[in-house]
Amino acid sequence: MTKSKSAYSTPSKLGKIDTHIIVVWVDNEASVLSRVVGLFSGRGYNIESLAVAEIDHKKNLSRITIVTTGTPQVIEQIVLQLKKLVPVHNVANFKREDKNVIFKEMALLKIVANPVKIKKVLNTCKKYNPVILDQTNKSAVIQITALRREIDSMIKNLKPLGLVSASRTGAVAMTRGAEILN
Amino acid sequence: MPKLYSGAEIVFKCLEDQKVEHIFGYPGGAVLPIYDELKNHPSIKHILVRHEQGAGHAAEGYARSTGKPGVVLVTSGPGATNVVTALTDAYMDSVPLVCISGQVPTHLIGTDAFQECDTTGITRPCTKHNWLVKDINDLPRIMHEAFEVATTGRPGPVLVDIPKDIQFAKTKYSKPVREKKSNVKVLNRFNQKDIDQLIELMNKAKKPVFYTGGGVINSGPKASELLRELVKVTGFPITSTLQGLGGYPGDDNQFLGMLGMHGTYEANNAMHDCDLLINIGARFDDRITGKIDEFSPQSKKVHIDIDPSSINKIVKVDLSIVGDVADVIRSIIKTLKKKNLNLEKSNKQKISQWWQQIQKWRKKQSLSFINSDKIIKPQHAVQRLYELTKNQDTYITTEVGQHQMWAAQHYKFNKPNRWMTSGGLGTMGYGLPAAVGVQVAHPKKLVIDIAGEASILMNMQEISTAVQYNLPVKVFILNNQYMGMVRQWQELLHEKNYSESYSKALPDFVKLAEAYGCVGIRANDPNELDEKIEEMINTDRPVIFDCRVDQDENCYPMIPSGKPHNQMLLGPNDQEDNKITGKGKALV
Repeated sequence: MTKSKSAYSTPSKLGKIDTHIIVVWVDNEASVLSRVVGLFSGRGYNIESLAVAEIDHKKNLSRITIVTTGTPQVIEQIVLQLKKLVPVHNVANFKREDKNVIFKEMALLKIVANPVKIKKVLNTCKKYNPVILDQTNKSAVIQITALRREIDSMIKNLKPLGLVSASRTGAVAMTRGAEILN
Repeated sequence: MPKLYSGAEIVFKCLEDQKVEHIFGYPGGAVLPIYDELKNHPSIKHILVRHEQGAGHAAEGYARSTGKPGVVLVTSGPGATNVVTALTDAYMDSVPLVCISGQVPTHLIGTDAFQECDTTGITRPCTKHNWLVKDINDLPRIMHEAFEVATTGRPGPVLVDIPKDIQFAKTKYSKPVREKKSNVKVLNRFNQKDIDQLIELMNKAKKPVFYTGGGVINSGPKASELLRELVKVTGFPITSTLQGLGGYPGDDNQFLGMLGMHGTYEANNAMHDCDLLINIGARFDDRITGKIDEFSPQSKKVHIDIDPSSINKIVKVDLSIVGDVADVIRSIIKTLKKKNLNLEKSNKQKISQWWQQIQKWRKKQSLSFINSDKIIKPQHAVQRLYELTKNQDTYITTEVGQHQMWAAQHYKFNKPNRWMTSGGLGTMGYGLPAAVGVQVAHPKKLVIDIAGEASILMNMQEISTAVQYNLPVKVFILNNQYMGMVRQWQELLHEKNYSESYSKALPDFVKLAEAYGCVGIRANDPNELDEKIEEMINTDRPVIFDCRVDQDENCYPMIPSGKPHNQMLLGPNDQEDNKITGKGKALV
């Protein structure tokens, strides 16, 4: 029998890892974001993306949307630990595959190319609601909204067409239909 | 026009309204306005410690032994960073603390001013919540909220950081309002269905066991009373974690002793073989469970806890009941009575075999050791200390290490709040300041810090606090000149390479005691031990007792790392037996 020299147990088998979107309603006060983010880093949870902004000025509420990965046990812990934070009002948790929830990310893409290529670019990202925010005869800034992996592949495909810089947000989420969260 | 009060005055008005009688602290530049105000509030007594970590642990000892929150007052910068260990300790062991720290004036925050540090940033991961007060008008509300957060739900430490200019600024004072639906996360979230389900499980069980923890203590003395009743009406065996000791009488026949890494053979085997495990206010700590994959493999598991995030954190359970331990047990007993289920009688047949098995395990006498008449065995010293103090209401604190485990194994606690030890964080240097805090709360009681010679040196300075306030704490040092637990692991797992675990230069503890102005006693010989212990008990002053014990003694039984509960390593008695029969290898 091999002897463990550690005072701690060895890790047991990990469960299946899923991607989840966690939505957190918090008081919009100083250091609230660092409490949430610190909880993730302190307990070794992942953050794939993060979006946060005030949503109700009167009630002083912010909404944080976090994309994370983990085993079902870890996801359950994330939700329960978040609920323990004093400025946290509510926590919602969705699987990425959840059909009842819309997830969207936004990206700003800077293209440096001639007008013909720019047109091609617009054509390529037709599906993702492209909006031209700025255009010169050798460049354009285009806004698209899409899923993470769609933006990933867009960026890959647009590189040969003159994409020089991309700026992306984290995902935000909203339920379909008349139902509301909160 | 209502009267305006300064921030410093408001701090004390809040403390008064929260019925605080003692605060533990250390002055410094950024809290001077608060210290200046101290003289106007005679109902609040300040205990001057010698190091801010000591203030934190003293407040912990105070809180654990009274059930009231401990209050700490420190200055900015080093004052705040010194208290971080104590805050983390309190966070891990769920001790209610309110720490008030001074901060540099608001206009200097962020400029690397003298004695500035990001106190709320540093303490964010080791408090339930913290506040930096930037507006004097927020101060009364924050102070009251701080007490509420610290004491409700699963208790824990909080910190309020008050810049110096806020301490001078003036505002109106408002009394605490008991908000009905506050931000504080408490609430019992169980219903009758959960209780019914539990009772059904209890009714069916053939091999049940209660596994109780610090939650029983934190729930208040009533919870311990109810637990006794529950154990009695069910007839089930009960084991306790380190933090839960005293929740159930340690000398009762249904009590199997402590479980876990240094728990008894019967407790750990009962955990492993049981078919129903009822966790009451414990958190499946890794020192308790051993190897998770093989933890109590055949049992239905029930978890009663006030903290929802404790449920399924480590061990997946079949039934969870989120609520205050006392409320849940009360509800269980009520339902048992209503259904007219006297499990003790009706279940007797069913679980009698289980008790027979437990008796077999008990026969191993896993806490036994080979005593000596030449040299004091540390276990013997704790046993004698127990025998000579059990006739009075004694409070025990400990440091961390072998002595702590021997104290947990051999000192029997009959009441809650009598046992103060650093379990989660394992903070060496906890015991002496904690004893100071306990003695402040219970001036007439016997308070003993069972210590090791290495641990005690970590917060030795607090004996000076004890002398200043005539706190007759007894420091009972099991002196083996080694960091015993480190030495034990090195012996068992690192080929006896005793790397840096021997203290070559130790102070003469008797002379040290005299230098501090207290009493030093030394015992070298088992034959003089009782007499010396009596002398210590009868001294109405702080005592440092240097008990010279066997250097080579190890703490048994133990679950070696990465092993399940049923593969315990037993003491030398048993190892001797096993050598002869050849069966012992399986246990190692």
